[in-house]
Amino acid sequence: MTRRATGRLRRIRPGLWAGLVLSSLFIAVALAAPWIAPHDPVTPVIEAVLQPPSQIHPFGTDELGRDVLSRVIYGSRLSLEVGVVAVGIAATIGTAGGLAAGFYGGTWDAAVMRATDVLLAFPGILLAIAIVATLGPNLANVIIAVGIGAIPVYTRTVRGSTLSVRRMEYVEAARAAGATTGRLMMRHVLRNIAAPIVILATLGVGVNILIAAGLSYVGLGAQPPTPEWGAMLSGARQYLRDAWWTAVFPGLAITVTVVGMNLLGDGLRDLLDPRLRL
Amino acid sequence: MHTFILRRLGAVVPVLLAVSVLVFLMSHLTPGDPATIMLGENASAADVVRLRHELGLDRPLAVQYGRYIAGVIRGDLGRSIRSGRPVALEIWDRFPPTLQLTLAAMAIAAVAGVLLGALAATSRTAAADAFLMSTSLLGISMPSFWLGLLLILLFGLVLHWFPIAGGGDWRALVLPAVTLGAQATAVLARLTRASLLEVLPSDFVRTARAKGVAGTRVLFRHALRNALIPVVTVMGLQFGALLGGAVIVESVFARSGLGRFAVAAVQSRDFPVIQGIVLFAAAVYALVNLSVDVAYLALDPRITYDQ
Repeated sequence: MTRRATGRLRRIRPGLWAGLVLSSLFIAVALAAPWIAPHDPVTPVIEAVLQPPSQIHPFGTDELGRDVLSRVIYGSRLSLEVGVVAVGIAATIGTAGGLAAGFYGGTWDAAVMRATDVLLAFPGILLAIAIVATLGPNLANVIIAVGIGAIPVYTRTVRGSTLSVRRMEYVEAARAAGATTGRLMMRHVLRNIAAPIVILATLGVGVNILIAAGLSYVGLGAQPPTPEWGAMLSGARQYLRDAWWTAVFPGLAITVTVVGMNLLGDGLRDLLDPRLRL
Repeated sequence: MHTFILRRLGAVVPVLLAVSVLVFLMSHLTPGDPATIMLGENASAADVVRLRHELGLDRPLAVQYGRYIAGVIRGDLGRSIRSGRPVALEIWDRFPPTLQLTLAAMAIAAVAGVLLGALAATSRTAAADAFLMSTSLLGISMPSFWLGLLLILLFGLVLHWFPIAGGGDWRALVLPAVTLGAQATAVLARLTRASLLEVLPSDFVRTARAKGVAGTRVLFRHALRNALIPVVTVMGLQFGALLGGAVIVESVFARSGLGRFAVAAVQSRDFPVIQGIVLFAAAVYALVNLSVDVAYLALDPRITYDQ
């Protein structure tokens, strides 16, 4: 290995490792929630209202006496679900559209890209809000809304990569050897443009968690008593003066999770595709 | 130049028309009958039929859209179901505080983001660069509503420097603007740094240094001016993110504005208001992006759109 290559590996390592550790921790907590949560996350306990952090309640209790740590632990399940499902929706539709646009060109390309332009015309989270308004405010619809809002990133990136790969000799060779269009797209094009999709998906999990938690915060997503991080913060606002712990820990959980996903995504980008600028 | 602006406007119009079709369809795609939703569960069948007729819901969809878009072009966005006032007036009343918040956040992000990015790119020690970049990672990963709550806790409740809610003078704007601008600051800082690191080793920077131009002058007049071109594009896109982000920040600080109005409208299923706000925001966003394209001309003399 050249000195420059080892130098680069050394530089990207800590971030990628930290990202791997944080995201594994997040997924492990989400999967193991029922076994590691010390208390029930939903049932109110009147005699334990707004207790500061202690040995029994390391993160304190909320306005209904529920253990904040247990609610934060259960909240990771919802955030994992939001992140993965929304990215799944966006990556599947976006990749299919981008692949078709880049591979077929012409009318397909024009149709897909104009549709993408329309999605991009909604500023920020307003597209998600419009979709939630149409479907009704709840967490499932927030996931759909966030997923649809994230489609354009994949469409554009996949289209660009497909255009550059499509004319390569090995694709021409496969075509000459009689490969069907479907096989060309899936086996020869998609496999070779997988790296940016993986990177976008990893970074997307964090972004989608942030947007969905924001919608829950303003009351358009998860509804009480669901232990969702954004909804928990929304409830904490009015007790901020007397019970800082109800606001600090759920927010810390979101931040640490998203930092982890972003470190992982940045690390993967440096490793797999350093030229990709996102 | 004029033909360029006209051409860009020509590209914006079909997109906005498509947006208007989607926005129009919102109330039709929603599960259940809009008239029933507006009147509530207990409305009589006769009332529902009458409202359906009043709203034109008994006409063909294309006719309804035609009436809708004709109204929009005249500035008629319908009436709010909750207040009965014209939606256009409701939006007009609430837009100034939102615009103020968005512009303040944009100003913070542009100044702080570019300065921090330049500082990181030119910092002599790896530790300083790493510190600035970790801070920006935190800025990107932190939810705005949590940052807002922490700022309220520290600067409002503990230090009593700033009011924690509502509108008023400039002091009431500080915490919301910082909260809204934090993420954009981090994005712009990262981008400025990356862009500067590409520009700094180029020949014209070396030439400027070699002929004895002072360090900061090289940075600001020679390097930064060229590095800012991609940054300006992203500033346009960030404006959209800020306009959307105002929805959340206005709720955190209990500020009146379009964002909070939108949330209330979704909760009460006040469709004319939601439709009006989304359409209005998309139009504002399109105009901002158009202005960004025009601003290129000033920044980069190599770009000539008229060819």
